[in-house]
Amino acid sequence: MGPYTCKECSALQIMEKSHTKVISNSLTNGMSIRKSHFNGIVPPMPWFGMDIGGTLSKLVFFEPKDSIVEKTEDETQLLSNVTKYLTKNSAYGKSGHRDEHLQMDNVKICNRVGTLHFIRFPTSEMNNFLELAKKKGMAASVSTVCATGGGAFKFEENFKNELNLKLCKCDELDSLIRGLLFTVASNNNECYFWSQCTADEQCSKQEYTFQYKKYPFIVVNIGSGVSVLAVYGPNNYKRISGTSIGGGTFLGLCSLLTGCNSFDEAIELAANGDNTKVDKLVRDIYGGSYSKFGLPGELVASSFGHMNSKEKRAQVSREDLARTTLVTITNNIASIARMCALNERIDRVCFVGNFLRVNPISMKLLSHAMDYWSKGSQKAIFLNHEGYFGAIGCLLSFDERFKE
Amino acid sequence: MMEEKGTPKSITLPETLEVFRNLKNAKQFAIDIGGSLTKIAYYSTVSFRRVYYAADNVDKNNDEDKDEKQDKFVYTYSEQARLHFVKFETKYIENCLDFIGENLVSSDERKGKSIKATGGGAYKYSKLIQEKLGLEVDKEDELDCLIIGCNFLLKNISDEAFVYNRNGSPEYEFQTADPHVFPYMLVNIGSGVSILKVESDSSYERIGGTATGGGTFWGLGTLLTKAKSFEDLLDLAEKGDHRKADMLVKDIYGGDYKNLGMHSDLIASSFGKVCPRQNAESDYNEADLARSLLFAISNDIGQIACLYAMMHSLKKVYFGGYFLRNRSLSMHTISFSIKFWSRGTVHSLFLRHEGYLGAIGAFLKGTEDCDSDKFSWLENYAGSGSNRTQLTFGKRVDQLELDRWESPLTFCPLLKDPSTYIPDTVDLNSDKEAREYWLNCFEESIENYVKYAIASQPNSTTAEKRASMFKEKFISRVKLLKIKPFAYGNLTVRGLLDTINQCLKEFDFPDPYLTQKRTENEYALTCLQTRLEELDSLDFEERQRELVMGVMAGNTFDWGAKETVTLMKSGKFNFQQARAQIPARPWLIDCLDQWVLKICNRLYKRVAIFIDNSGFDIVLGILPLAREMLRQGSRLLLCANSAPALNDVTHTELVVLLRQAAAICPIIAKGLDDGTLQSMETAQGGPCLDLSRLGRELANELLTVDLIVLEGMGRAVHTNIDAEFVCDCFKLAIIKNRWLAKRLGGDMFSVVCKFECCEQ
Repeated sequence: MGPYTCKECSALQIMEKSHTKVISNSLTNGMSIRKSHFNGIVPPMPWFGMDIGGTLSKLVFFEPKDSIVEKTEDETQLLSNVTKYLTKNSAYGKSGHRDEHLQMDNVKICNRVGTLHFIRFPTSEMNNFLELAKKKGMAASVSTVCATGGGAFKFEENFKNELNLKLCKCDELDSLIRGLLFTVASNNNECYFWSQCTADEQCSKQEYTFQYKKYPFIVVNIGSGVSVLAVYGPNNYKRISGTSIGGGTFLGLCSLLTGCNSFDEAIELAANGDNTKVDKLVRDIYGGSYSKFGLPGELVASSFGHMNSKEKRAQVSREDLARTTLVTITNNIASIARMCALNERIDRVCFVGNFLRVNPISMKLLSHAMDYWSKGSQKAIFLNHEGYFGAIGCLLSFDERFKE
Repeated sequence: MMEEKGTPKSITLPETLEVFRNLKNAKQFAIDIGGSLTKIAYYSTVSFRRVYYAADNVDKNNDEDKDEKQDKFVYTYSEQARLHFVKFETKYIENCLDFIGENLVSSDERKGKSIKATGGGAYKYSKLIQEKLGLEVDKEDELDCLIIGCNFLLKNISDEAFVYNRNGSPEYEFQTADPHVFPYMLVNIGSGVSILKVESDSSYERIGGTATGGGTFWGLGTLLTKAKSFEDLLDLAEKGDHRKADMLVKDIYGGDYKNLGMHSDLIASSFGKVCPRQNAESDYNEADLARSLLFAISNDIGQIACLYAMMHSLKKVYFGGYFLRNRSLSMHTISFSIKFWSRGTVHSLFLRHEGYLGAIGAFLKGTEDCDSDKFSWLENYAGSGSNRTQLTFGKRVDQLELDRWESPLTFCPLLKDPSTYIPDTVDLNSDKEAREYWLNCFEESIENYVKYAIASQPNSTTAEKRASMFKEKFISRVKLLKIKPFAYGNLTVRGLLDTINQCLKEFDFPDPYLTQKRTENEYALTCLQTRLEELDSLDFEERQRELVMGVMAGNTFDWGAKETVTLMKSGKFNFQQARAQIPARPWLIDCLDQWVLKICNRLYKRVAIFIDNSGFDIVLGILPLAREMLRQGSRLLLCANSAPALNDVTHTELVVLLRQAAAICPIIAKGLDDGTLQSMETAQGGPCLDLSRLGRELANELLTVDLIVLEGMGRAVHTNIDAEFVCDCFKLAIIKNRWLAKRLGGDMFSVVCKFECCEQ
């Protein structure tokens, strides 16, 4: 992986719109600000971090809660408008949504203290978003927004034309790691795992103290597609694998098979389905377990393996199909993650990404697969802010503390 | 083995166009029932007529009329063991079992016999099999069978494994026979996927697998499209455009993802564009979905296979099962995936007979008829088909037939590097021009074979019918090869010649050139005395030169070469004319001086000569050369084909011929007497010479040889012109094919006289 580059957001461009003044060092609590591409210049409020993925766009908004007065009237006014609009509502337009339960208080960024708000909307609604942002005047005094994800490239022109906003493009994996490390360090109860995941009834969510300063560990980011990263240090990671079979595949197939229209609907269906009517299990082939190779009878031998039979097709429900799609894709991700971890000789695997949102079925399956095949030596770790790390990392990109 | 002697009375037409051939003789069965395809393996013996050729026989016929003589051949029947494999869709299993039940030997004979069964369906269908066939069902472990089958194919079948490069030339890169097979990884893609690490014939381990396999493709495909079968789904996928349903890197980034070096066309999320619905112009149809699905699953299998291979440090990954079916789209996707994820360190290899592994293994488990220490196997090109044959009840099936050779075959011990030896000079895979030429050449010359075939059995009422069936079969094969050059492995001149020979045998033309060969031999023998006197009148050095000239003149006579046939048919072409026609030196490849210098100064202890044609070639060309060497004190080993091919001298004919020559020349007589002149069979039955498949007895004898002589186009040019040996080697041939001569930079009747000294 090459060094982090964010050429677009050079201080020069920020200073072009001259009403921003250099924030003095007087606010620092003894920490010296090192030179970086922001050159110590912190952009005016409001602060956003955006991660425009293939399916979902994630927006992180920093609401200052300290008593510091903004530099200009405009800035203060705009910040107040935006804050009011975003924090008074939890739904925006038809499909924008704020995850209130994820809100992070007392967060310190660039020597400001405040609250982080987390908002998401489908990337397909980008035009409506831009329209709304324009209407609300969100970009009136801002010249640049930090953005990551493929959409930062794809929609660059739209931002410029609609909002006269320059996107400061950050690499998505850099942002992901930065956001993840920051969140884990800021939140004591960010991480958890599923205990006793082999027995469904007893399986429960347990807090996990993640030794985030201890390297290496694996990060599996499950968005539309999947990336597998091995993290060796705060600025040292590599993408070791990935697959195109991810959250987008789940939603796409589910929608084709069941007619559902949203992720939440698909997960709801899956929660009430039974994959053993759709999958061919080891016992369906061998009458029991394939003991010679230690394969239990309940193990899925062939995902969707029953579905070429007309009789079997007549017996399955939409729920069963949704469940099977979820199980198939999750197990496949588990296999790849597990082997990547083995090949890298790393035992801690963090699963993140919006595929895991409201999706305990997948989390339990992932936990079970890691635990079962590694005989307990590998650990599946989950994080509460599952899909937002890219956006958080993006917001942090002008904070010196997170740069080398 | 010879069973009875007799003259042919009524010859029944061979049932070549039928599936389940020789079912009535079937001796032993195995069945591999998969979720999609069922494979049946059986062993039978096929009865072939052979012409009985012995000196007494020849003498008896000597004073009769030429026309009469043709009818007086004595035929013997010989039994050849053959393995048959038939593959069909599992949904037709009942029809197939009924068919077998009806055609099989009487139920009495079946009593107490069993059938080996493997595959997922072995459990489900065992009762049905027992009912329909009256055979006990022995279940065999699926993975054991796979491994046994895979090892058998890799060791026995030429060009079994290949690398697939969709845009490469050649598209298929076949692996040459390699004595070192292990270790390797086998990825069996059935309904699910099993990944196996194989370290030797007797040791393997299941190292992993995935549930996302052929069953997933089929199951999901059935839900997403209207395809009725697995094949339909694959056909559909070939027509689709996955970009309608898949989210590509460019759909997210608008272009490449440069930081990670990801190309804009890479799939970022399979089916990622389906929900939420994009704009109407990107609407997908069912073919697009089938293609997305095929890509998702093939990529995934490749990636997981690659992860296992890297985990276990395995470089060679073979794929078996029913998913790939040699479809270029799937093979390309898997190859690409493995190359991408392993950064080129892991090699994906596909098998021509991927679907048969389990059936072969199950069959081998219950039999000693396949002991690799006793036998070897050859693919029967006449009976195997990757083109679809119609079964009697109208369903498509595939066939594979393997002929058993009654001795184990091995590499020629004189080869410098057996693992890189390739028995073919021109690679018709990558060389399109050569391919077109040779396919057309064989298509055009087939008429000659037909004429000779009919003429060889003048009293048979079915000869014409059989000959036209032979022609039809071969022409349809050539047509198939024009479209799918890789259908039978590496396409080579050797393979084409073998195919003609096997087809002739299949239609009961055991030796169409028999009369021709005999007539020529007899005539040539009458000239031998004169020729020897002529040679003996020359001084030593001059004689050595003239002996080589004699071999060249003799080799001009070849009924296998299209262009010489015309000359010879005119009947006015004799040895002296052939001698005169040899081009002036320097020849195309001219090592005559080096040879003469060497032979004047060195005595070879033992010389092996691989001989070519009957008539002038063997009698006036090779025998005088052999005699000269005998006279100098060398021991001689003449190596001839085991079975007839064109007008090549067979081993039985050679034995007779040497006895006849001994009556003329005392040196030859003495050689035969004291064992300094021996003849041996090569275990081959084609006009070419594959030095990776020699009989073990001959291979043992060759160990003491210090000069190997390869004679004729088939043995010295088509196959072994570039072969390197650990002893001195002399390759002699006249190129009787204008195209090939041009290709090598010469002209018609160009001379190859290649002498290579082995650096000691």
